[in-house]
Amino acid sequence: MTSPLEQKKIKIAGPSVVTANRTWDGIVVYRTAAQGWSADLSEAAIVRNSDEAKALLAESVADDVGAVGAYIAPVQVAEDGKVEPGNLREQIRRTGVTIGQPVQV
Amino acid sequence: MYAYDEIDRTLVNERVSEFRDQVKRRLSGELTEDEFKILRLQNGVYLQLHAYMFRVAIPYGTLASNQLRRLAHVARKYDRGYGHFTTRQNIQFNWIKLAELPDALADLAEVGIHAMQTSGNNMRNVTSDQWAGVAPGEIEDPRIWSELIRQHTTLHPEFSFLPRKFKIAITASDHDRAAIRIHDIGLRLIKNEKGETGFEVLVGGGLGRTPFIAKTIKHFVHGRDILSYIEAILRVYNQYGRRDNIYKARIKILVHELGIEKFSREVEEEWQHIRNSSLQIDDEVIEDIRSRFTYPAYEKLPHMPDELRQAAADPDFEAWRKNSVSPHKVQGYSIVTISLKPTGGPPGDATAEQMDALADLADKYSFGEIRVGHEQNLALPHVAKRDLPALWKALDKLGLATPNVNLITDIIACPGLDYCSLANARSIPIAQELTRRFANHELANLIGRLHINISGCINACGHHHVGHIGILGVEKNGEEVYQITIGGRADESAALGNLIGPGVKFDEVADVVEDIVEAYLALRERPEELFIDTVKRLGVEPFKERVYATR
Ligand code: HEM
Ligand code: SF4
Repeated sequence: MTSPLEQKKIKIAGPSVVTANRTWDGIVVYRTAAQGWSADLSEAAIVRNSDEAKALLAESVADDVGAVGAYIAPVQVAEDGKVEPGNLREQIRRTGVTIGQPVQV
Repeated sequence: MYAYDEIDRTLVNERVSEFRDQVKRRLSGELTEDEFKILRLQNGVYLQLHAYMFRVAIPYGTLASNQLRRLAHVARKYDRGYGHFTTRQNIQFNWIKLAELPDALADLAEVGIHAMQTSGNNMRNVTSDQWAGVAPGEIEDPRIWSELIRQHTTLHPEFSFLPRKFKIAITASDHDRAAIRIHDIGLRLIKNEKGETGFEVLVGGGLGRTPFIAKTIKHFVHGRDILSYIEAILRVYNQYGRRDNIYKARIKILVHELGIEKFSREVEEEWQHIRNSSLQIDDEVIEDIRSRFTYPAYEKLPHMPDELRQAAADPDFEAWRKNSVSPHKVQGYSIVTISLKPTGGPPGDATAEQMDALADLADKYSFGEIRVGHEQNLALPHVAKRDLPALWKALDKLGLATPNVNLITDIIACPGLDYCSLANARSIPIAQELTRRFANHELANLIGRLHINISGCINACGHHHVGHIGILGVEKNGEEVYQITIGGRADESAALGNLIGPGVKFDEVADVVEDIVEAYLALRERPEELFIDTVKRLGVEPFKERVYATR
């Protein structure tokens, strides 16, 4: 995965969300339509064109106390509306490491 | 062990309260992330995929048992019960909460551990041979000099805002276990004809996007002049270093572009100005540092105790002893390497329980001391040979006696896409699969010494360029693809590996490695010819043919 942290131009190819890490504890969060953050991808605001993406990103970046490192990430939206991460990196961010941790939590 | 002085203790404590205040201001919104980032990086805090990552320094790889217990405590209390030992004598915690970090730092400071110089464009943790002070035939304990440089460069303004990060490694043995040739500056402690202690100085090594093996810039710099010489190098670097382009900012690029001759002339000139300044080191300073390194009160012990003779009848013990136990400078003692590479496990990870238990074993069998090496393994540096069988049994119970040190499953791997925000592909699952493929000890032993190094992106934290077999994860059309090199090495004959051909998919990597190994077994002239020597003799071609014949 080319790291999205190098994202410069905003151009989206399909449905996308804005994701970041929550400032106080670092966990993965998604920007919601209610201008907040949620750890649940299904609550993320979905954007479908570059202007929407730009606006959502700008609003997210402005909320720097809530979350850090905001960027646009692709998602797949199924017919029933179920949202899934659009690539392996985002899949790993959502569900955790693929390797089994030495200590189960 | 090394005893910090009052200055260091005060400094570390001040840093903790300063950071506590900074975190508070960050969480209240008084500081923006942009303002805070440089502050957190100065304290070893990165932002990774799932959480903040916290990198803690283990200067020259020496830990006391109470320090290891404290690392276990941090893993348990603030993280998910484990830590990851890295290739630069650091440990990383992967799930730390920013709000709790000041407490974690404070807990570590109580035992003299900190996270300074673990990130940012400054002088990083000076690394050394994990066998320092105990390796037979060593010129002198290289940590004395690591410590001198550490003291001089910690928070030194000239070294705190470099064009890019800067890494120094020191060895004092003929066999280089500190990988000095892939560091910005590599120092090899030697004696000149007059018997004086000094250094061969190498410069411009590094991996990443543009890898280089360091070149010798000066064959002998007297010990007393080493700080001024390093400073001269840094001044030339500071003057020319490419701050405009992050990819060109490392000293390796400058040395390459200027050429080693011109670079060394510039350094020489600079050095003549500052050589006789206050940077010249008084003997007392070195003596003071030397006196702070204490060595155990070794007993007079037999070379071959009965316990060891009896245990030799057990093939499992022997298998472990042969690759984990190394000669010590004192008769009757050994250095024991502890593999953090269990079959199917992530390389370099240790649980809090393992760390605690190991601290107890260090107290019982190694005068309370533990070492951390760049291969992501640990070591107990002073084990009486008579205790080896008992130690082995105890390690085995903890899952820490995998008999694979220096074998094909002793893999170096970076965190890769499972943790790292810069990654292109996963590294750890590749390592796990390889440890399963080659889990059979007879097979691994038949193959002999073979280092596999894996990185999840071109930053090369997993040292793939210098692996006997190097595996680099890249991304192609949204898929993980792995480029494979052979013939690299990180020791005194350091070399960069050569690509064998087009990249292969995630699922194919272990098969390809198997093919390479089979080719080697068929091609080697005799069982003692190591993989790396066969590659040197024959080049990439026969391996390439074998791998791509059926692909
Ligand atoms: C997960 C967080 C990590 C991040 C974000 C990270 C980032 C980087 C970056 C950006 C570089 C290239 C620097 C440059 O070329 O100037 C680098 C180099 C390096 N990293 Fe990491 N790294 C991480 C973890 C690790 C770990 C876990 C290890 C040890 C296993 C490690 C060991 C190294 C080493 C030895 C180099 C030097 C390679 C060279 O000589 O250029 N890093 N890292
Ligand atoms: S090599 Fe790349 S993927 Fe691996 S830890 Fe370094 S930056 Fe991350």
